[in-house]
Amino acid sequence: MAEYKVETKNLNLFYGEFQALNNINFIAKENTVSAFIGPSGCGKSTLLRVFNRMNDLIDNVKMDGKAFIDGKNIYKKNVVVDELRKNVGMVFQKPNPFPKSIFENVAYGLRVNGVHDNKYITHVVESSLKKAALWDEVKDKLKKSAFELSGGQQQRLCIARTLAVEPSIVLMDEPASALDPMSTAKIEDLIYELKKNYTIIIVTHNMQQAGRVSDYTAFFYLGELVEYDETKTIFTNPKDVKTQNYITGRFG
Amino acid sequence: MIHLNTELQILKTDILEMWNLVINQMSKTSEAVEKADCDIVNEIKANEKRVDAFELKINMDCENILALFNPLANDLRFVLAVLKINYNLERIGDYAHNIAKLIEDTTFSKNSLKETDIKNMFEVSIKMLTDACESFEKEDTHKLQKIFRKDEKLDKANKNANNIIADLIKKKPEDIQSLLNLLSIIRRLERVGDQTKNIGEEIIFYMEAKILRHKKKNIS
Repeated sequence: MAEYKVETKNLNLFYGEFQALNNINFIAKENTVSAFIGPSGCGKSTLLRVFNRMNDLIDNVKMDGKAFIDGKNIYKKNVVVDELRKNVGMVFQKPNPFPKSIFENVAYGLRVNGVHDNKYITHVVESSLKKAALWDEVKDKLKKSAFELSGGQQQRLCIARTLAVEPSIVLMDEPASALDPMSTAKIEDLIYELKKNYTIIIVTHNMQQAGRVSDYTAFFYLGELVEYDETKTIFTNPKDVKTQNYITGRFG
Repeated sequence: MIHLNTELQILKTDILEMWNLVINQMSKTSEAVEKADCDIVNEIKANEKRVDAFELKINMDCENILALFNPLANDLRFVLAVLKINYNLERIGDYAHNIAKLIEDTTFSKNSLKETDIKNMFEVSIKMLTDACESFEKEDTHKLQKIFRKDEKLDKANKNANNIIADLIKKKPEDIQSLLNLLSIIRRLERVGDQTKNIGEEIIFYMEAKILRHKKKNIS
């Protein structure tokens, strides 16, 4: 069994000539929440996309170094990327439900993976909506369009959709930045509950959010991982002066 | 808010556990004075380390909650109150420990214990601590007035102690060492009363957002 759920070793990433990530050595333990913080353009989302190979879809990206999930190098030639993306789910900043019903949004991942048993699909849809703390609000209107939901509900629907295909890792790229404070609080409570069963990595511009939801925090600056430690250490006694200046609001 | 609520509940549980430990220390100290029992003294000395460990842990937990969660309003007052109560309880733990050390090589005469009414002073200070603990746990400030009045009793007893001890020394000069130790114990019991009064003020600050420090009378 691998020591870490997620790991990178000496990882460098370039967009053409521009180096976006510089010698990143990162680890995430199973069933923890790791937060990436840092000023805009520092490489947080770029590193997040390494873990589900979403950067493969961007032209001109070159990468060297290694990235591991469960001890296996996910950039080896024999890795089936679709399977990787089932195991490593992603939730984006702007809620992006499909133009389908609430039910079909969650069922979609199962259907495209060849599941036809409707009883099973119904069971998974219900359980995923419960895990995303949305079931009680939508159980009587599963056939309604997902677009009839509020922004916060749509984001929780996207989380349910991600969970339906049973990932072990969930990546979240500023999942609450487009939401109102009440919806943000619900998403944060959800993250706190989900970490019992999933490994979560979250990019956030909201430092207080990182403090509230994460076990570990990684501070990035100009493509480098400046400091990575338990969140309480980063927020009470960071080792690097750049980290201290960032979290106290002196720059960024 | 689940995470913050969980952390606040853990903090409350920890401070109450420390509180009960300190009450137990004071009770054992009272017993040790009466019985001159070395085993009890050793138990008090061993438990002092646990009190100190609690103080360090609770201090750190308060720091973490303030840094990570930015609590506001009653949550903020709660954490600030716990931070101060933590300090007060640690000081009371120190007093219990100091009294235990004073008892170690001393046997007090029944007459000196009776004349100084030290048993009653112990009872009053322990009751103050217990009532404060109950107020905090139940978030009910009604018993706190009694605590403030009891502190005045301890202050009075402390004031009278000089004359009482001086008289006892005149009557039995060979007991001077034990009588001076007894005076030191009385002083510490008066300080326990002060620290507990401070705790009462912090509870009122938490529950009612009122600051009673430096006011002459604690008004409800």
